[in-house]
Amino acid sequence: MAKILRAIFYLIIGRFIILVILGIDIKRRELLPAKGPAIIAANHNSHLDILLLMSILPWKAALNAYPVAAADYFLKNKIMSWFSHNIVGIIPIKRKPSAADRDILAPCYDKLSDGKIIIIFPEGSRGEPEVMGELKSGIAHIVKRMPEVNVVPVFIRGLGKALPKGEALLVPLICKVYVGESISAISDKVKLMEALKNSFEALSHEEKHSDFK
Amino acid sequence: MSDIISKNPTVFFALCSIWIIMILASLCVFSIAKFKKNADHSNLIQRTKSWWMMVFVFSAAVLISKTVSLLFFGFLSFLALKEFFSQIPSRRIDRRVMFWAYLAIPFQFYWIYLDWYGMFIIFIPVYMFLFLSMRMVFTEETDGLLKSLASIQWVLMISVFSLSHAAYLMRLPALASFKAGGAGLMLFLVVITQANDVMQYVWGKTFGKRKILPVVSPKKTWAGFVGGVLSSVVLACLLSPYLTPFNLKQSILAGLLLSIFGFIGDVTISAVKRDLGIKDMGNSIPGHGGIMDRIDSLTYSAPLFFHFCRYLFY
Repeated sequence: MAKILRAIFYLIIGRFIILVILGIDIKRRELLPAKGPAIIAANHNSHLDILLLMSILPWKAALNAYPVAAADYFLKNKIMSWFSHNIVGIIPIKRKPSAADRDILAPCYDKLSDGKIIIIFPEGSRGEPEVMGELKSGIAHIVKRMPEVNVVPVFIRGLGKALPKGEALLVPLICKVYVGESISAISDKVKLMEALKNSFEALSHEEKHSDFK
Repeated sequence: MSDIISKNPTVFFALCSIWIIMILASLCVFSIAKFKKNADHSNLIQRTKSWWMMVFVFSAAVLISKTVSLLFFGFLSFLALKEFFSQIPSRRIDRRVMFWAYLAIPFQFYWIYLDWYGMFIIFIPVYMFLFLSMRMVFTEETDGLLKSLASIQWVLMISVFSLSHAAYLMRLPALASFKAGGAGLMLFLVVITQANDVMQYVWGKTFGKRKILPVVSPKKTWAGFVGGVLSSVVLACLLSPYLTPFNLKQSILAGLLLSIFGFIGDVTISAVKRDLGIKDMGNSIPGHGGIMDRIDSLTYSAPLFFHFCRYLFY
């Protein structure tokens, strides 16, 4: 049942919002992973980021993909927790782990070993609209442990304008999506984060765009 | 569907002839691609495929019912407005004003559905114009206010108000001596405007030398423009006995009006794209660009042709 609801949520409702109401202009769609295990790393500006990433993946891959999300925000209350677990299908991560928690990233390893695709927003929170925040290194820990998994960087522009943090009003605007070459087999934490940062930097400057102030 | 065919056979046959022309044109493209292997024809083939898609959707919209045609034009306006809003420079606060500009679309097309001409003709230029200005003032963000307000108003006029005239044409009734009615006029407008675009391109490619507006549109030539106008006048004279109530003189005038101002609409959008530093308004029609790149000529030809018909016959 939850599986069917999840499919309706992402493949019908999500795609209608992203492809019809908003519209996307995507570069190099073919670089997206068709099957797992793989990591998609994207910049984060809006709650719609996850719907967008799910809409650009082939439908089979989308049903096989799970976003990593903050437990404290998405598991706030019962209704939201049920929705996050069953429909959105999040992998909850504790942002402030207690001493009892061994490895907070364990659920990510499990999903990847199961051949799933996981979606990570390395900036952590959505932050200022259309501004790239500092990257967090959780992703590097996963790659260090599972070096065979590729990281595909995706840069999204425009969602911070269509539905920024703290706003409930959705305004239809076409979003640009730039998919980068996958980053593989960098087990050194600093080097991986640098490669990821450079990739986002290059993708964000690929095309001229009008400013958003 | 049978409704339109039985009540309005001329419109149905006009659509059939579009399909026949499309088949002939596709055969030409196919043989060019087959026998002239020295050049790259991928863009030509992609354009033709997209033409098929557009002709298919357009035919369905016209044949199913008047309400569906209205929804079709409403959706087209929405896509055009969205392309513009995504491209123009804007401030964060402008999204609130843009939201209301989008809401103008269902209202504008509802007036057409009601056949309420008085409201249709003043709603955007008067009420939306004043309302959007007021909404912009209430944001209390005065830095860059005039520039944002002016762009939003212009974009709303060109992509919703202008285009909605093509839909209103369908509301014009049949006359005693003119059975095709508004659907015929709308078809006449769309066919001549689009054919004019294609013929300008063909004439320009074949004979074009002297550039007509080199800064705005470096590919447009005098030969393309004049050839397009002449072909459109001939086409208008051929089609008007079936689709319009025009006599010969009026047909020639209609042909001139549609082709000359179709060209102006085209270069107006080109000039704006140049200002924005982009080549296409979007990517939704492969080979053509965005929706606005395909219907740019209609932004001028639709309202002018509508008032031409209204002044002469209604």
